[in-house]
Order: sequence, then structure tokens, then C-alpha cells
Amino acid sequence: MNHSKKGMSRRTLIKTGLAGILATGVSPLILTRGAWAQEFCNNPTGDTVTIGLNLPLSGAYAEEGADEQKAYELAVQHLNGEGDGGLLNVFAPSALKGNGVLGKKMAFVTSDSQTKADVARAGATRMIERDGAIMITGGSSSAEAVAVQGLCQEMGVIFMAGLTHSNDTTGKDKKRYGFRHFFNAYQSGISLGPVLGDEYGADRRAYHLTADYTWGWTQEESIKNATEALGWETVQAVRTPLGAADFSQYLTPVLNSGADVLILNHYGNDMVNSLTQAVQFGMRDRQVNGKQFEIVVPLFSELMAKGAGENIKGIFGTSNWHWNLQDPGTIAFTKSFGAAYGSPPSQAAHTAYVQTLLYADAVERAGTFYPPEVIKALEGFEFDGMGNGRTLYRADDHQCIKSVLVVRGNENPTSQYDVLEVVREVPREEVAYDPTIFGGELGPAEPAPMC
Amino acid sequence: MFEVILLQFINGLDKGGAYALIALGLTLVFGTLGVVNFAHGALFMLGAFCAVTFQKLITLETVTVDPSQLSPWGTPVEVREPLVQAWLGDFGAVLVNYSVPFSLLLAIPVMLVIGIAMERGLIKYFYKRPHAEQILVTFGLAIVLQEIIKASFGANPIPQPVPTDLRGAADIGVMLGLNPGIITYPIWRLVYFLFSGVVIGAVFAFLRFTTFGMVVRAGMADRETVGLLGINIDRRFTIMFGLAAVVAGMAGVMYTPLLPPNYHLGMDFLVLSFVVVVVGGMGSLPGAVAAGFLLGILQSFASMTQVKALVPGIDQIIIYLVAVIILLVRPRGLLGRRGVMEA
Repeated sequence: MNHSKKGMSRRTLIKTGLAGILATGVSPLILTRGAWAQEFCNNPTGDTVTIGLNLPLSGAYAEEGADEQKAYELAVQHLNGEGDGGLLNVFAPSALKGNGVLGKKMAFVTSDSQTKADVARAGATRMIERDGAIMITGGSSSAEAVAVQGLCQEMGVIFMAGLTHSNDTTGKDKKRYGFRHFFNAYQSGISLGPVLGDEYGADRRAYHLTADYTWGWTQEESIKNATEALGWETVQAVRTPLGAADFSQYLTPVLNSGADVLILNHYGNDMVNSLTQAVQFGMRDRQVNGKQFEIVVPLFSELMAKGAGENIKGIFGTSNWHWNLQDPGTIAFTKSFGAAYGSPPSQAAHTAYVQTLLYADAVERAGTFYPPEVIKALEGFEFDGMGNGRTLYRADDHQCIKSVLVVRGNENPTSQYDVLEVVREVPREEVAYDPTIFGGELGPAEPAPMC
Repeated sequence: MFEVILLQFINGLDKGGAYALIALGLTLVFGTLGVVNFAHGALFMLGAFCAVTFQKLITLETVTVDPSQLSPWGTPVEVREPLVQAWLGDFGAVLVNYSVPFSLLLAIPVMLVIGIAMERGLIKYFYKRPHAEQILVTFGLAIVLQEIIKASFGANPIPQPVPTDLRGAADIGVMLGLNPGIITYPIWRLVYFLFSGVVIGAVFAFLRFTTFGMVVRAGMADRETVGLLGINIDRRFTIMFGLAAVVAGMAGVMYTPLLPPNYHLGMDFLVLSFVVVVVGGMGSLPGAVAAGFLLGILQSFASMTQVKALVPGIDQIIIYLVAVIILLVRPRGLLGRRGVMEA
């Protein structure tokens, strides 16, 4: 009779028990890193990793979309070890090696967002579900950015926003999976206010024309707060439809309103059209309340500013970055972009390029594409050498805190690209603010089961 | 308050004139050929780009590369010298200054050729097809044309200069005996208003007082009978399509200083011009003019702060609201003819 067959010995019981404990309890704690391979959306398995570029290649911001695309292509080249390396040479601290991302070559797919939030969201969905994009980036409108980052939060895919300036993007609509390098309307107000006070005095009456969507509303509010703090009075704030070709019916009431400053909270084509038409109404030649009538454009697009021609000269606004700065990052990027495409990069191109490098660097530092780890690597990351001085990717709202430029339409341009001149570089400390003032919740970092 | 209302009224007339002019060619094509031309906005845009092309031609420069100077991005600096002004002296300077009005001389033949080619090459095959198919094919054509312009000129708006003598605003208030600076209005907008009146008047006179116009009007009323009289009405209708393209093109040329043109310009005006035509009555020229002014004036007043305070957002929907009301009360539009678009 075999004794062992009668029952389990104490030694066997202990062995089996230990194995069971290991199998059910301890192993997930030890092997979590390996388990990610099955747990997140579009985990790259081959020798390439694909990112999705959501760009306005048609519609009002097509030129900005085209410039962003050039910058993304350049960033991908540099990350893959091609070209002159661009900002990889000056960005610090950096984990980038110029051999792709975690040894995989970076590739990209594109989608035309047409500057429409619904089209942008559909394009991002397609790039995630069909093309296997690990990260979505791009865009030239806050409505798009808010829509796409909401989708990315639902799908567990990181969104590195392109050009978006509304306070809402990293305010009430902020998301754990969304990150913005570009500055915002609140920071425009903080930066521009003192310069307007110095130039135009404290006794002014302002009339706002505002694009009727999320960006316009937050910009109007921010600039109103900044100018009223100077002592200016807001005479009227009028909402105008996005994409209105003719603004004359909104400009005529300005003439007899008693205002001596017109603030155009318009961007892109709207800015070109409203500014051109305001100048034709003779507003810059008027004297009101014993003062010279002035026009202010709080957010400039240098690509679009060319469309306004001479009308832009002498007009104040703000900008995220300008190719004419003299720091090593700006010089390196301008040279690299100019050599590739024959023209200096726009601020849209700059933010697109920087966002791509920051994502790749965060993946390298995290050692994985697993989004929650990449998010942790981006949150609170502080870096330099990207053209905006020392910059913090703030953990509380995923807003980059860095210096902001106050610019003015160049009175004596030396070339067709020399549209704006930098009047003041407002340091990071002055444009930092309490991240709770705009409300919102980042939401969870854990990836959603869908994808 | 009087000056505010007067200013909005002048603005309404200005907008109305532009709307009527833009819609005129559209209703002309529908009235003669019975074709719903969704490429009409693209013709307006092509006209605007005739002005851009003309300006580029007369501001041609010699470009010399100076390798001793480098741009901030490391490429040699280009030294540019204007050509036309060097050749033509003072007249060259006048040509550059008045490039927009002068570009009408380029736009008229170019748009006539484009219009006739469009009608002979594409539109004529769709005369007997349903309106839905006409809309699809002309809309497709519009997209093709705008992509060609985008590929050739880029996507950015390209500013066109107002002649220096016509820049700034005229003091209309002083002319009316009011204090200076109360009622001022951009001179170029007044020029555009006069231009609209002249072109609209010329088209009416052409149709009313010429033999060609009489035959076209007869053909619009009864195409078969005119054909039975041995008149080649198709050829005249082809010329009318060309004329409509010329009108749209000229409207586009003169609009460029008000709105720096880009490839998307036509789409911005397409829906608006259709609403004007529908409100005026499909195929009715006087209807299009009346609707243009009506909608222009209403849109201008709806944008007043006092009106917006009563009905928020009214400025953004007024045109469509009026269209709905007119079509409910007068289904054929203001001056529409019986039997047009009525199966």
C-alpha cells in the first residue's frame, strides 16, 4: 500500500499552498510590467510605432495644418536618427537617443480635421481603431482639441495638443490623457495687460468683437479682466459668428460707441478679415475721447498675419514662440526647419514639433508605451532648450508653464516672414497661475477597456 | 441713435448691393438654362484670383541670390527688384496702385472663356438630368476648382491693395449736414456699391434693350417656340452662361480689397447667394436684386447690440429665418415666376 496515495503530506500541502499563493496573489505584483502588453490600446508589437496626426489640411486653417505637418515630419525624422537632429541636440534633460522610441522606428498617419470638432473626433477614432495610433496629436482650434482629448480620455490614448489657446483645454475640460504645450488666453491677458497700460494709458474704453466659441469666450474674459485691472472700461463685448466673411455690420456700431480701443478676439481668417475691414473703416485714423483710436489682436498667427498685409503694422498681441528669438533651441529649430522647407517655422509648427519630442522622451523615461506610465513621466517634467526657456509640464492641469511673448506687427519688415517683432518676453513666473481657478477634473489615468 | 440707425442702413445697402451682385449670375444661369449651378461660388473665387494673378504679374521681381548674406535659417538671402515699375516708370506705379480695377481687364475675357468652357464641356450634358444630379456635378466641379487654386496659390488669404486715393473712410455725415466724424464709411465699400449698381443696371439693360437680350428673354419664356423660329437658342444660352461667369468674376475681383481671397472664398458665399436667389424667386433677376437688398439690410440691423439684446443670436440666423418666412408666405419667393422649379 502506497502511503502517499492515502492523503497529502504536510510538505506537499505547504508546497502547493505556496504555489497557489504565488499564482493568485503575489505574481501580479511582480509581473505587472509584463502584463501591460495585453492591457492597453495599440501597444506596438512590431518594429515601428505609429502616431496619429490630426491636422486641419483643408478649411480656414489649412496653412497652419500644412506647417504643423512639416514640423511633425521633421520631428519623426530627427527621432529616427535622420537629418541634423534639430532640438535633440539642445533639449535637456533628454532620454532621446535618435534611434526611434524604445528602439522602434516612429511612423505616422494623418487625418484632415477640416478645423471641425466632429470631423477631428471621427479622424482620431479612425486613426486609433484602424491605424493603431499609440498617440494622437495636432489641431489648430480649441473646439477640436477639447473634442479630441475627451475622446482620447475615453479610449485611453494620449493626446498631445497642437495649437489650442482656450483656457478650457487645460481648465474646465482638462483630461488626464490630454497635454498642452501651447499657452492660453489667461496667460495672454497677464502678458499683454501691462504692455497695453504702458502704451495706451489707464483711461481707455474698449470694445470687444469675439469669435463665438470656446476660445473666443475665454480670451474675451481674460483680456477684459486684464484691461479692467488697468482701469479700462469695457464698453461692449459683441459675439460674432465663426467664419463670418464680412464683419462690417459688427464694425459700424463701434464707430459711435464711444470706445477708443477695438479688441479683436478673432483668430486665423476671421482675424485677417475683421482687421482688414476695421482699418478700411478708418479706425486707425480716428481720434476718440481726445485719444488715438487703437486696435489690439490678443492672439496673433504669424502665418495668417501675412494675409492682413500692411494692416498688421504696429498692432499689439501675444505669441507662444517666434523664430527670431536668439536662444539655442530657437536657433537650432529655425535652422533645421528652414533648411528642410526654405522658410522659418510658425508657432504652430514649433508646438507640434516640441510635443512630439516631449512624448517620445516621456516614453523613453517611462521605459514603456503604457499610457499611465507615460503620463506620470510627463506630469511635473521640467525641461529646457525647446525655445521657451525653462518649462514645466504642470502636473495639476497638464499646462506647460513657460515664458510668453508680447509681439507687435513689424513696422519695417526685412522679409515676407518678418511680420512680427518681439516686444517683451514675459518670464514664466509672471504667467504662472493657480491651476484650480478654471475648475475641471483630470480624471483617471487607468486605460479604458475599449479600443 | 439716429446716426447709429443711419449707419446700419448704409451698411445694409452696401451688403445688399454685394449680395445682389453675387447672386445675379446664379439666377441668370438658372433663369436661362434651368441649371442649379453650385459652382457659382467657385466662379466668384476664380474672379478674385484673377486679381491676385494680375497683381503677381505686375509686381514681378528679379531675384538675385546673395551668398554673402544668410537668413536666420541658413539659406542665402534673396535680393528682389521690381520689374514692371522699372520698365514702365510712372505708369507702372499707377498700374500697381490700381491693380484691382485694372485686373477687371484680365478677368472679363478669362471668366468668359471659363464660363463657356464649363457650359460646353460639362453643364450641357446635364440639362435634362434631375436638379439633384446638376447640384452634385457642379458641387464636385467647385471642389476641383478650389483644390486647383489651393495647389497653385496656397491656402492663406492673399491681401489685395485698395488704391491709395480710395483708402480710408468718407465722411457721409458732413455731406448730410451732420457733425464731422459721426457717419463715416469706407470709400472702397461705396465704390463697390456703385459698381454693383452699374453692373446690375448693365445686365438689365442688356437683356431689355438689345436684340440678343430680347431673344434670350423669349427663350427663357418659351424655348421650343424660339427654336422653331430658326434661332439657335442654345448658342445664346451658352453665351449667357459665359456672361454669368463674367458677372461673378467681376464681383470677385472688386471684393478682394474687402476680403483677402483664399481658395475657400467661393464656399463662403455659395449658401448665401442661394438663399438670395431662393428668397427672390428662382430665375427672377429683379427678385435677386430685391432679396439681396432685403437680406443685407435685415442682417445689418439684426447685428445691432440693441436687437441682439432682445433676441440673442438673431444676427446669425436672420437670413435663414427670413428665407423660411418668405417661402411659407410666398412659396415662389418674392418675385418668382409660376412654373419654375414646380414639377
